[in-house]
Amino acid sequence: MLELAESQIRAGADVLDVNVGFPGVDDIILLPETVLAIRGSFDVPLCLDSPNPKAIEAALKVAGGKCLINSVNGEEKSLIALLCIAKEYEAAIIGLTMDGDGITHDPEKRLAIAEKILSRAVKEGIKEEDVIIDPLAMAVSTDSKACIVTLETIRLVHQKLGLNITMGASNISFGLPGREDLNSSFISLAIANGLTCPIANPEKITAAVRATDLALGRDDFAVRFVEYFQSKI
Amino acid sequence: MKDFLQKLALCVENGKINKSSPYPPNMRDQDGADELAKRALEEGVKPDEILENALIPAMAKVGNKFSRKEIYVPQMLMAAKAMSSAMVHLKPFFQSGETKRKGKFIIGTVSGDLHDIGKNLVAMMIEGGGWEVIDLGVDVGAEKFLKALDENPNAIIGLSALLTTTMENMKNIVTVIKEKYSSSKILVGGAPVTTEYCKKIGADFYSPDPQGAVNYLKQLAS
Repeated sequence: MLELAESQIRAGADVLDVNVGFPGVDDIILLPETVLAIRGSFDVPLCLDSPNPKAIEAALKVAGGKCLINSVNGEEKSLIALLCIAKEYEAAIIGLTMDGDGITHDPEKRLAIAEKILSRAVKEGIKEEDVIIDPLAMAVSTDSKACIVTLETIRLVHQKLGLNITMGASNISFGLPGREDLNSSFISLAIANGLTCPIANPEKITAAVRATDLALGRDDFAVRFVEYFQSKI
Repeated sequence: MKDFLQKLALCVENGKINKSSPYPPNMRDQDGADELAKRALEEGVKPDEILENALIPAMAKVGNKFSRKEIYVPQMLMAAKAMSSAMVHLKPFFQSGETKRKGKFIIGTVSGDLHDIGKNLVAMMIEGGGWEVIDLGVDVGAEKFLKALDENPNAIIGLSALLTTTMENMKNIVTVIKEKYSSSKILVGGAPVTTEYCKKIGADFYSPDPQGAVNYLKQLAS
């Protein structure tokens, strides 16, 4: 596990997503243990990824430093369980744009869920900049409009709420060939629309991210772009 | 007659739904599965023959190509849509009992899990294997599976889960079903599921792809 953490950091990961979901595992014990092990060797921000609020709380207790909670959604149950924990440990939250009714395919409705999560978080005393929105990336192999719905949600959340945006980008290419090429193209479009922190394998997407930042005029003198490719030689 | 069935099978295999469908481009403006199934019935081809000699073999080809990664999810969906457009014409014969299917298959994504792509693909392929599929949807708990089994006691069950965390719920569902219906057959599938896990929780079969499930059902029926 520590080897994996090291290679991901070396490949350019800015935050490590820690998920211990495995059959028969008690994540209330294993998530904090894993966090402690990583903390012992690396000084990198951690994203605590579990469906179990108790595991997240247990991990936050030992993590120290600023963490991310992955994830909260628009459902009351989720907001009630996690927002107060986030506030107590000054953690940032990832808010999924879905709720008790499931996943909507209307970008405006996804925006409304993002707005709800933001307002509830702010009411709880969480800073706006600590709310990161996940616009949901779905497989384009079963719905040819799946990516455009996500891109439009990103644009709306970026323009209207100005929040940071994250997502698990590789979902979109499920069931298709050429997955890495598709993921890279999608990440580029998503960044252009307002995606700021994709969850992905940095060994596979850093090139696309650096190239997109350069193409969008966000990398003066191509410093990060050139540095990335030089480091690969 | 053979000509009709061959053409129909080709349409299903290639996902040609109907004449107005532009896909696949090389079959543009030709009759699709919809028109051909209708015409075949009008010309006196038996619905059984349409099912057995055109739809089932075509879908088996599709399933095998998918297993070998020669086609991908969108192609499989197109084929399933073409199959459905032909099935529509067979429905009255299923309802009247004139044409019998191989049996019933109940499928659902287990409780806590909202992922439906894998479940839907398996449901389509099993329907294409000649079975009546009862799709309970997503986030389905043991009680709902039991209720469906009470209504269809001889049905075979399929459980789907995408997450390592929700896969755990398969265990409880299998236990509850086997308590009441000890001779029932339960298939499990989904990204984190393995043969070992299937055995561990007392389920009967695991397949990494839809066609494996179709083949297992075929074995059970014969």
